[in-house]
Amino acid sequence: MIEFIHPSLALFAGALLLPLLRGQLQKIALVGIPLLGLALIALLQPGQHGQFEFMGMNLVLGRVDALSMVFAWVFGIILVIAAIYALHVRDWIQHSAALGYAGSALGAVLAGDLLTLYVFWELMVITSVWLIWRNDSGVSFRAGMRYLIIHAIGGVLLLAGVVIYYQTTGSLAFDAIEVGGAAFWFILLAFMINAAVPPLHAWLADAYPEATITGAIFLSALTTKTAVYTLMRGYPGTELLMWMGAIMTLYGVIYAVLANDIRRILAYHIISQVGYMVCAVGMGTVMAMNGAASHAFTHILYKALLFMGAGAVIYMTGKSRLTDLGGLYRHMPWTFLFFMVGAVSIAGFPLFSGFVSKTMITEAAAMDYRSIIFLMLLMAPAGTFLSIGLKLAWFTFLDRDSGLRPKEAPANMLLAMGLAAFLCFAIGVYPQPLYALMPNPVDYNAYNIGLILKELQLLLFTGLAFFLALKFVRGKNVMALDVDWLYRGGGKWLVVALRNSITAVNRQTRVHVNAALGRYGRSVDRRHGRDGKLARSWPTGSMAMWTAILLASLLVFGIRN
Amino acid sequence: MNLLEWLPFIVLIPLISSGIVACLPGRFWPWAFTLLAALASAVIAALVLPEAMGSELSYPFGNWQPPIGIEYRVDAANAFVALLVAGMAALALPWAKASVDQEIPERQGAFYALFLMALAGLLGITLSGDAFNIFVFLEISSLATYAIIAHGRDRRALLAAFRYLIMGTVGATFLLIGIAFLYMMTGTLNLADMAERLPEVSDTRAVRAGLAFIIVGLGLKLALLPLHLWLPNAYTYAPHFVTVFLAGTATKVALYVMLRFIFTVFSPDYSFVVLPLSSVLMVLAVAGMFAGSWVAMFQDNIKRMLAYSSVAQVGYMVLGVSLVSAIGLTAAFLHLFNHALMKTALFMAVGCLAYRAGSLKIQSLQGCGREMPWTMTAFALAGLSIIGVPTTAGFISKWYLILAAVEAQSWWLVGLIVITSMMAVYYIWRVIEAAWMTERPEGATRLKEAPLSLLIPTWVLVALNFYFGIDTRLTVGASSAAAEALLGVPTGGLP
Repeated sequence: MIEFIHPSLALFAGALLLPLLRGQLQKIALVGIPLLGLALIALLQPGQHGQFEFMGMNLVLGRVDALSMVFAWVFGIILVIAAIYALHVRDWIQHSAALGYAGSALGAVLAGDLLTLYVFWELMVITSVWLIWRNDSGVSFRAGMRYLIIHAIGGVLLLAGVVIYYQTTGSLAFDAIEVGGAAFWFILLAFMINAAVPPLHAWLADAYPEATITGAIFLSALTTKTAVYTLMRGYPGTELLMWMGAIMTLYGVIYAVLANDIRRILAYHIISQVGYMVCAVGMGTVMAMNGAASHAFTHILYKALLFMGAGAVIYMTGKSRLTDLGGLYRHMPWTFLFFMVGAVSIAGFPLFSGFVSKTMITEAAAMDYRSIIFLMLLMAPAGTFLSIGLKLAWFTFLDRDSGLRPKEAPANMLLAMGLAAFLCFAIGVYPQPLYALMPNPVDYNAYNIGLILKELQLLLFTGLAFFLALKFVRGKNVMALDVDWLYRGGGKWLVVALRNSITAVNRQTRVHVNAALGRYGRSVDRRHGRDGKLARSWPTGSMAMWTAILLASLLVFGIRN
Repeated sequence: MNLLEWLPFIVLIPLISSGIVACLPGRFWPWAFTLLAALASAVIAALVLPEAMGSELSYPFGNWQPPIGIEYRVDAANAFVALLVAGMAALALPWAKASVDQEIPERQGAFYALFLMALAGLLGITLSGDAFNIFVFLEISSLATYAIIAHGRDRRALLAAFRYLIMGTVGATFLLIGIAFLYMMTGTLNLADMAERLPEVSDTRAVRAGLAFIIVGLGLKLALLPLHLWLPNAYTYAPHFVTVFLAGTATKVALYVMLRFIFTVFSPDYSFVVLPLSSVLMVLAVAGMFAGSWVAMFQDNIKRMLAYSSVAQVGYMVLGVSLVSAIGLTAAFLHLFNHALMKTALFMAVGCLAYRAGSLKIQSLQGCGREMPWTMTAFALAGLSIIGVPTTAGFISKWYLILAAVEAQSWWLVGLIVITSMMAVYYIWRVIEAAWMTERPEGATRLKEAPLSLLIPTWVLVALNFYFGIDTRLTVGASSAAAEALLGVPTGGLP
């Protein structure tokens, strides 16, 4: 009996196998491989597996404990759901990339040392970028490139941090990072880039809306949550993270309210929701850590559900802007229903999954006497509900008729959405199994009168405000400037003058340098080229001479003493 | 019959087979018999290695007890080298068939007989525990080598072989003179016995001169700069199969013998104190690393370029020796093994190219990457190994070399190793660029991919480069055991 099979192995093997299959077989494999992965996750036994020595470093491929299992489980579940959702897509590159991407994320979560983590970290980037590129448009290609560049920078930071960490501590074990100095900051910065902590977040809202419809599901679930896992593992109780996280929750919401593209709205909400988790990691109390883990779990499910709903709309109508949509509920009733389940989950309505995890984080802040943080975390759901539950749902599915007459989404999409919606509801009603998964024992019950009233008041008044101010919140076809403006060339006019003068200087310098290099190169080639001094076939006599010289010098040294 | 009884057969099988092969007619049987002989040798060598890891094995010839009789004395160091030599021969021979058929269509029996003699000679040098026996086997292998180099189709092969003959003879004579000095002072030819008796007479000029002669003599065989001048031409003009075999084995065996004399016969305390060996070797090694890489960067002929690269790689091995530490010696042995892997793979890929293209000038290979993708990919991957990219064997040995340099606090050496690796990037890149980045010139003949009988062994070698870049248990274990055996002290847990 083999004691440990790495679940990523099945997924990687599947990613390689998929291109070889055709037609129905490929479809069966597409769902079968994630199911196999999920089964392997279920078989994991707690402990350290797959340890081996590599050049004197102790590497651990599979560290299975409560914390990594939370993430492994949810990654496995969402992989199955997203695979079902993607069944109709005929593009093995996307499918293979998605499987490889999920395998890498699982590998990162199960990695017991920093080097393994780094390897999977980089694999995640190079597999996931295909999910953006395969949308096959110039925009998505450029967005993918920006995504790639930013994550490459993150990867380099991580590697630098890991090397310095290894130098200072002599160990690669991935536990709480407790050294100060460069290693601490480099690794933290790399994790923060992946967690999309402002001002390092812009890649997310830039790239995800340009991803393929099915690719966005994987993207929304894996990258940021892997980063949350690494933060939980490496940086619990880092005060900076708490503030950054609280700011994130509001930052994401504000930009979401301003956005017009439905998937960009959802992408900004990822930032906002991940903010809760980052904030909880920063607080670092037992309850906060449980809250972060459970929120990551529920978040992956409802966010994927929302992306699936939005994806179904885009797939059926070909439109992605709020200003172009409206009145779809008549034609896509099931999509509407499932989307609303996701919307109320993310807003944190009682009986839905967001409620049981999000309130755990706000309560943790309250019990830790952090009043400002508490208020910030309390404010954010109002914005979330406003932009997703009301604005997005209203202008997409209700409101005036846009004239679009789409059909209902295909069955596989509905099935996937149904599964996710069921899980969102089930966790909201009966959260005990989720709590049982948590890294620490949970002594928390979300369903008490105080909490329910507080949440309902907040959300219902938000609803009231929305309908009173309906005409002001209508989506506008404008672009909200974010940090990515800095590198997207929105400020091109600022740069043009600078560029021109630099180009001129550059050209001058290059002409000179090239001329000098050319002269040097020719002279080197003359002296050392094919028939240069060193390369010539020397006569035998000179070889003998060298032998004599060497012998003589050795003898002189040897006999002198 | 226990394993010890089999020990001499590592040498005897190729030696005896060479006589038989010489009589075999046709093209198939000489090759097949040679392959069998090399395989048998390699298998025995592989069986002996684990035995020799812990203890010294000694086999007295004809039951004449040493020091009077001739003995084969095997410890981790020479068992490792013997496995390398026999293994490389066994790996190169499957490749040989197509290439030799093309280059030497006639009288293959004689060619393979000479090859087996060279192999037997190299193995004999490695296993023998007797100084004079080493000289005899050195002559056997050298003479056979000159002859097989002269089989090259290019007429210049004759001149190259002749030069090699002169220089090789000078080297062998020096070795003989050195051994004679030692025999004069100690009255024994058995290495172990010599090591025991030397301390009494160590303070004489004759012994010092003996060591100096041995070092220079072996330096010639080793192609240590500035004694490398025979090597580029010999490698360039020899038949491709001969280059493939020699690149992995000949210089390695010479290095082993040099280490045996420096470390076992003379103790390191003696050789590195009385003669300024450490600094001499270090200067020559660094000069070799630079000059070899530098010249390689400008060569037109790929084979010649790789030959100069070999000079540079010998520099790495000698550099490891010159650091006089357990890690340094481990690095030297590792590179000895890994360099054999990567150079053999590279020369095999070049041989595949030559099989189809005829010319090996870089200009004439423009655009061949698209026409011979498997060959050029193999070349590129083996090139990664010689550059020292992680997950290749080349990385492992360079890593240990760097560790040794760091341990010796010689940071400048680390810098030099990195710089010469960059030079390797350049000369490998030139080939890649010509093969893939440029278009095939108009009117050039279309090249077919090399036949499978050449490609499969090439790819096996490439795969080994990556295998030993990841699973380092065998190589690092055997290398540190070899270093231990030479230094005579446990090296402790090497990282």
